[in-house]
Amino acid sequence: MKKEGKIQVWQDYQKEIASDHYFYVRSCIRQNFFPGSEQTFLKILREELNRDIYENPHHTTCSGIGYHSDVVPFDTIQTIVARQFALMTEAGYKNLAVSCITSFGIYNEIIETWKEFPAELEKVRSLLKKATGREFEVPENVAHASDIIYKFKEDIAGKKKFSLINQLTGKPLKIVEHIGCHYSKMFPCKGVGGAEFPHVLVGMIESWGGEVIDYPERRHCCGFGFRQYLVMSNRGYSLSNSRKKFESMEPYKPDAILCNCPGCPMFLDRWQYVIEEMEGKTYGENGHGIPVVTYEELAGLVLGYNPWDMGMQMHQTNVEPLLDKLGITYDPKLKYARKDGKMIGSPMMVGCGC
Amino acid sequence: MKHIVIIGGGIAGIETASALTDAGHWVTVIEKDTRVGGKLNNWSYLFPDFTPAEKIAESLLEKCREKDFSILPDTEVKAIIRNQDKFNIHTSGNQNLEADAIVLATGYELFDARRKEEYGYKIYDQVVTSADLEQLLRPGESLTVAAGKNPKRIAFVHCVGSRDEKTGNHYCSKVCCITGVKQAIELKKRLPEAEIFCFYMDLRMYGKHFEELYREAQEKYDIQFIRGRLSEASEKIDKSLLIKAEDTLSGRPLKMNVDLLVLLVGMEAGKGTASAAFSCGVNCEESGFLKSMDSLLRSNISQQEGIFLAGSCTAPMSLNDTLLHARSAAIEVNNYLKKSIK
Repeated sequence: MKKEGKIQVWQDYQKEIASDHYFYVRSCIRQNFFPGSEQTFLKILREELNRDIYENPHHTTCSGIGYHSDVVPFDTIQTIVARQFALMTEAGYKNLAVSCITSFGIYNEIIETWKEFPAELEKVRSLLKKATGREFEVPENVAHASDIIYKFKEDIAGKKKFSLINQLTGKPLKIVEHIGCHYSKMFPCKGVGGAEFPHVLVGMIESWGGEVIDYPERRHCCGFGFRQYLVMSNRGYSLSNSRKKFESMEPYKPDAILCNCPGCPMFLDRWQYVIEEMEGKTYGENGHGIPVVTYEELAGLVLGYNPWDMGMQMHQTNVEPLLDKLGITYDPKLKYARKDGKMIGSPMMVGCGC
Repeated sequence: MKHIVIIGGGIAGIETASALTDAGHWVTVIEKDTRVGGKLNNWSYLFPDFTPAEKIAESLLEKCREKDFSILPDTEVKAIIRNQDKFNIHTSGNQNLEADAIVLATGYELFDARRKEEYGYKIYDQVVTSADLEQLLRPGESLTVAAGKNPKRIAFVHCVGSRDEKTGNHYCSKVCCITGVKQAIELKKRLPEAEIFCFYMDLRMYGKHFEELYREAQEKYDIQFIRGRLSEASEKIDKSLLIKAEDTLSGRPLKMNVDLLVLLVGMEAGKGTASAAFSCGVNCEESGFLKSMDSLLRSNISQQEGIFLAGSCTAPMSLNDTLLHARSAAIEVNNYLKKSIK
């Protein structure tokens, strides 16, 4: 494989990412799956990078899952998105920072629709005004939160407490990266590095000392596909998609899987546990699973944050093998402890690789 | 004696120059490279009968030697100015030529396969273009792939950069189908144990002996033709490639490991043609190729009086078609100059 070829592709897909003053829109589902990730992102931006990032508690779902499931009409989702933009406008911000990949795709799709069909924009202005009395400006810059971490990856590297080096072997950790489909497959130019060889997560891994694994099913869907999991009878498709990826990456012995989408880490994490329960099969070393982390969690680990403060005890594939390789010390007894030391209760069924 | 300047010293340019010299005109060919012959110099064997490309190139050179026309190598056109019935042509070598007619024979460029990112050209070692393969097919060249062995399974992808909305090329490049068949047979002759698969949308065997060669590829050489386009290629841990496609005849998705992937790259108008069009005020088609007065009766005549078109600067063409188009360009130029004498 020729790295120069990839570098050429990466150079072809660079995007403008605002450097400060962000209006942050959260994901509907991440706070349940990976509850500390968004808070970690805000902490890194505010405390490590001294950036201004604002969020408004009145912002709502973008309704993207409903839209992609054909239960939310296009006019409705446009108006919901317009309302988010109205909150941003009212707060005096112009740069949108999006936590969710589905939302990121939705915002881009709608803004591009308005560019191509200005009458739609005028219609939505009118609908929002009638419904809420609000007015809005279209954001000047739309970045996914992973774009922002990518932009500041070297600043984070400059403050790092841990490198992505296996302390047991001294070699770079081998990490599989997986971008969300709606990050750049809809609009390759909206993603850092495009759709075929995206650089957004690769850049973080390499800047922080790790090594990226390019495995055959790298581009394959994680299994989150809306129709695969929303309809219960289809969930076997979701599981089989994830399994296909695990089987493909297994020979490379990855130390972790890094994602930038709400759904991908959820399914790549959960289905490892399910596969172990169903087949007794695990894909990591020594009977463990392959830890699945979000980019905020990985940045937080590199910066020395406590993994339990970042909610990493909620992973169904245990993250301890990764923490051990990074050389991070942690107290297993505090895994399910609250800040005040009281226990939150450990899961009835233990996670993958225990 | 009338003076004709031909821009481009490829097959079309030299053939037009030869015919116009025979007709008694003074001809100068401007060629941007050191050698004449254009893309022909990079090819090994030609379809449909495996004629060595060198043989055709040599016959062109012989015409250059025998006929009394001038060639300005390593030269590009800087400006063309119309001066009543004449043209003043300024070159990169600071020459000023006066011509009674101009023939544009700027040829084509090969599609840059890197634009089909999903196939991994210039990223995966095992992915080559049809043009790269021609070099590898030369006597003495090794066909060893990255894993250090002869390829056992080889796939060809047709229509790379042709008939493809994603790349903006809606047209058919015409020669890739038969090139794929020819190269597959050549590989099978060199590597009899190899399995060879061609992934196609349609196979357009329009020329003399093309269909027969396609049949021979299947019957004699056991080359498999699968109707379906590749969606992606990825490298495996053993350095082979995993390719994904849909077999549209069986209606099933397909995955296959191959040791070598050959991308049959199409033709594009290229920068030289765009630049020549700009200099002469000649219009281009949506495809970027030069626009003629019409595509049937006046395919050599541009919309600018006194400027003629020859060869694949007007559309993708085979060598045969290029030679015929070049000769018809010479007839049109000759007729035009005769009329202007009257």
